[in-house]
Amino acid sequence: MPPIEGKTMSMLANPTFLFYQFMNSISLGMNIFIIAAGLSLILGVLRVINFAHGAFFMVGAYVCWSTVTYLDGATGSFWLGVAAAAVVLGVVAFVIERGLLHYLYGREHLTQLLFTFAIVLVVGDLAKMIWGTDQYNVPYPHGLSGAVNFGFALYPAYPLLLCAIGVVVAVGMWLVLSKTRWGRIIRAATQDREMLSALGMNVPLVYTGVFVIGSALAGLGGALAAPRVAVSPGMDATIIIECFIVVIIGGLGSLWGSFLGALALGFVTMFGTVIFPDWELVLAYVLMLGILLWRPWGLFGVSEEESH
Amino acid sequence: MALLEVDNIRTAYGLSKVLFGISLTVEPGEVVALVGRNGVGKTTTMRSIMGLAPPQQGSVRWMDREITRLPVYHVAKLGIGYVPEDRRIFPELTVWENLDIARLPPIGGAKGDGWSEEQVFELFPDLKDIQSRKGGVLSGGQQQMLTIARSLMGNPKLLLLDEPSEGLAPIIVETLRDRIHLLKTGGLSIILAEQNLEFVLYLSDRIHILEKGAIQYTGTPADLRANPDIQSKYLTL
Repeated sequence: MPPIEGKTMSMLANPTFLFYQFMNSISLGMNIFIIAAGLSLILGVLRVINFAHGAFFMVGAYVCWSTVTYLDGATGSFWLGVAAAAVVLGVVAFVIERGLLHYLYGREHLTQLLFTFAIVLVVGDLAKMIWGTDQYNVPYPHGLSGAVNFGFALYPAYPLLLCAIGVVVAVGMWLVLSKTRWGRIIRAATQDREMLSALGMNVPLVYTGVFVIGSALAGLGGALAAPRVAVSPGMDATIIIECFIVVIIGGLGSLWGSFLGALALGFVTMFGTVIFPDWELVLAYVLMLGILLWRPWGLFGVSEEESH
Repeated sequence: MALLEVDNIRTAYGLSKVLFGISLTVEPGEVVALVGRNGVGKTTTMRSIMGLAPPQQGSVRWMDREITRLPVYHVAKLGIGYVPEDRRIFPELTVWENLDIARLPPIGGAKGDGWSEEQVFELFPDLKDIQSRKGGVLSGGQQQMLTIARSLMGNPKLLLLDEPSEGLAPIIVETLRDRIHLLKTGGLSIILAEQNLEFVLYLSDRIHILEKGAIQYTGTPADLRANPDIQSKYLTL
C-alpha cells in the first residue's frame, strides 16, 4: 500500500470529519443493505442468481423521479414515489416470475443466469426508451433537506433517515422471518423445498412471493437512493456488483450477514477512498477477498461440512 | 372402496427403470408393508404415490380420484403424509417450527379439528422438552419421532413411512413401534417400508415382498412367519 499522505492524516485527526465519514459509511451501508437483502432473500429461497436485481434498483430510482416530477415536487411526492417504486417493481417481478422464470427452475444454473442477464439487457433498454439517457436529480424530500445538530457536528437529515430505514427494514425482515409462519415457511424453503412441498406447501407460490418481495426491496432501495445519486443509465451495473459483494461477504441467504456485509462495504468505501484514494476501485474486492480467505462461506454462512 | 389404489405403475429416473408394474391397495385403517432388500423399489413406490417421482405408466387413485400427475403439495393436502427415509428435518428450524409449518386442516374438517402440538407431544413426549432446539442437532431417534410428528400435523389419512427403524437403537425402535401401533389403532392407514422384519410382522396387516421393482409375494404376517423359504429367498442378505 502507498504511504498515507500528511493531508490525509490531518483529515483523519479531525473529529468532525471522522464523524461525518462514519455517518456516511452507515448511511451508504444501509442503503446497499436494503437492496442486497432482497437479492439475498431471492438467492436463499429460489437459488437463482438474479443479475436483474440491479436493473430493478435502477427502475425504482426512475419511478421515484417520475413520480416526484409528475407531482411537481409536491409535499409527500417523494414518499409516494418510494411506495410507487416498490409496487411497480413488485408487479414487474410478478410478471417476470410467473410468465418466464417460473419455467426455468428445473434447468441448470447457467440457463437461469443467462435468463436474468437477458432481463438486465431488456430492462436497461426499456428504461432508456422511457427515460432517455439524461441524468436526473431527485431533491431531498420536504422537511429533510436540512441538517440535524448533534451538538458537536451537523449531519444532513436525509442520510440520517436512511440509516434508520435500513435498521427498520432489517429488524422488520428478521421479525417476519423468525416470528411468523410465513417467515418459517420461507426459511424452510431455503433448506429443503422438496420436503416442504411434501408437507402440503405450494412451493412455487412461495417462490413467486419471495421474488416479488425481494424485487420490491430493490425498487425501494432504488427510490431511497435517488436523492443521493445521479439517476442515470448504468447505475444498475455498479449496484449489482456491490450487492453481490455484500451477499458473499455476509454468507449466502443470511439476513444479518448481509447487514454486516453492507456496513463493512460502507465503511471500506467511505474511509478507503480517503485513506487510499488510488485504491478506490479495488478496496471492495480486497474486503471480499480478505473475508473469504478467513471464512470461505462468508460471515454468517454455513460451510458445506457444517450443513451436513 | 379402497383408500388408495396403485395400479401397475412403472417409474424410471431418467433411463434407469426402477418400478416394473407395482399394484397395491390400502384399505382404511390398514397397515401395508413393503419389504425387500435395498434398491428393490420401496422408496420409489412411495415417491411415485406422493408425486415426487411420477410414474411413466399406470395410475394412482386416492379416495376414488386420480392423483397420478398431481403436484406434490396437492397430494399432501388430500391427506397423504410422507415420512422419508432420510427424515428431512429442516435443520435450521426448531422442533416446534418444524411442526408448525406442516400444519394442514383435516380433510372435510374445520381448522381446530386435527392434530395439535399438544396431542403430538402426548404421543412423543420426548419432543416436548426439546421444542426450541434446532432440528439439525437432534439425535437420530428424536429426528425420527419429529418427522412422524411433523407429518401428523398435516392430518393425513394415509402415512407413507419409509424405513422408520433404520439406524436406531433397539430400545428406540421398540418405542417407535409402539407409537406407530397407537396410530394404527387410532385408524390411520400406513404404508410401511422396512427391512426390520420383526417390526413389520408386529405392525402390518398385509406384506408385499418386492424384488427388482416388482411385487414377488403377498401375504399376511402369519403367512410369512410360516414360510421361512420365502423369508430366506427375498429377505436375508
